[in-house]
Amino acid sequence: MPRPKQQTGSILAWQSLPIVLALGMLSLFWVLPQAESAPSFPTLAGRVVDEAGLLSSPVKRDLENRFADYERATSNQVVVVTLQSLQGYSVEDYGYQLGRHWAIGQQDEDNGVLLIVAPKERKVRIEVGYGLEGQLTDAMSHNIIQTQILPLFRQAKFEQGIVAGSQAILDVLGGAYEPAPVRTAERSPRFQGLFMLFIFVIIGGQLLSGLFKSGVKSGVVVGGIAFFVGWLVLGSILLGILLAFLLFFFHVFFSGGGSGPLSGTGGYYGGYRRGGYSGGSFGGGGFSGGGGSFGGGGASGGW
Amino acid sequence: MINESSIGMFKRALLLAMSIVVLAGLAGCGINKIPTYDEEVIAAWSQVLNQYQRRAELIPNLVNTVKGFAAQEKEVLTAVVEARSKVARMQVPKDVLTNPQAFKNFQQSQDALGSALSRLLVVVERYPDLKSNQNFLTLQSQLEGTENRIAVARRDYIEAVKRYNTELRTIPGRWWRALLYSDAELKENFTAPESVQEVPEVKF
Repeated sequence: MPRPKQQTGSILAWQSLPIVLALGMLSLFWVLPQAESAPSFPTLAGRVVDEAGLLSSPVKRDLENRFADYERATSNQVVVVTLQSLQGYSVEDYGYQLGRHWAIGQQDEDNGVLLIVAPKERKVRIEVGYGLEGQLTDAMSHNIIQTQILPLFRQAKFEQGIVAGSQAILDVLGGAYEPAPVRTAERSPRFQGLFMLFIFVIIGGQLLSGLFKSGVKSGVVVGGIAFFVGWLVLGSILLGILLAFLLFFFHVFFSGGGSGPLSGTGGYYGGYRRGGYSGGSFGGGGFSGGGGSFGGGGASGGW
Repeated sequence: MINESSIGMFKRALLLAMSIVVLAGLAGCGINKIPTYDEEVIAAWSQVLNQYQRRAELIPNLVNTVKGFAAQEKEVLTAVVEARSKVARMQVPKDVLTNPQAFKNFQQSQDALGSALSRLLVVVERYPDLKSNQNFLTLQSQLEGTENRIAVARRDYIEAVKRYNTELRTIPGRWWRALLYSDAELKENFTAPESVQEVPEVKF
């Protein structure tokens, strides 16, 4: 009597293994972002990215400080970038994509401005995020380029032109924007991942630890299974490891006897929160875009 | 006895675990992709309409300013005014995104206005007084900015539709559509992205 049952059990297990693996693998692929054709962009090393080498370091530092002060006061992000090449794109085409790539401006405010200088193509552009189009209008940007920047650029005074243009941008925007605290909102995809992890820990943990006697050895087994399931289904080794640890500890310390599902939940939840957030937090320091977007506002000019 | 019950439990647990894996897999594998992409297309489209509207609103002012300096360029000015009123009169049906004919009409009349405008800006080159007029310069930079925004909005729309249509036509989106979203239809796309530099640049 026990024999056939055992057989079906093991057959079920062996048959289901490839299915589980295949599903996991598929979800892994679907999680991967799709690549889009786009120009390559310089690294956002600071508020002034001088790829073309037009600025001396004191001027660069001065501009960076001014932009940083300005962002602290208004949350608007202003960035100056000089490019070695536009890679065959028009400056308009390159500009908005660069702005989106760097995500200059705060998320939901889209209050970023880029001053782009491409000396090789002799092009300059002020790229304005959606949120500032009302203040730094196309006409205003055009005026800055024509009256502040280009006269100096035509005399090859690039550094002065960039400084004058930057100052003009700050003057136009000056104080008209409500200071808003810089947001550090979590992105929804990460939440989704954490939510799924949470569900896994609760339900999977109950099921898994129910299958084994409590103890360190079986805890390792439970953790191992949790790791593979977490890795394959959530598509992240880190989450898999996290899941494995949580389940291991839970199994060793909380299971055994008749731990009810609810008493377990509290333990899991606390662990999950601490683990999840510390694992995903960003390091301090440096400058990065706040998540703003661009829609082609601004003006360009050439010399 | 103990053995049997633990095997039964094992089976039950395994089935449960499998169904959890399948369910979690579903959420990760695109059951929501069609509605999500659909919303993105709608948002991108309203941005396109927005920017075209913005351009249409600039035109009366622009035409009046040019008239003041270059009234003799009747032909070009009339072409712009006519193309603009055609765009304004155009009935855009609700199903424009899934109706090839309506979409084509929309694209054609907007493109006609675009090329009438660029001809106007070429003609304007011959009038130095106009070219140094502050009002004109402002309008011109606004028009350039708007043309650029249109180009960006169109490109975003093209990308959104590409994503959405690809999702509908490929597995697993194909299956989701058959199962749950049978009302989801393929959407029309612009035939070519409008060049960012459609408007000839005026040099000073």
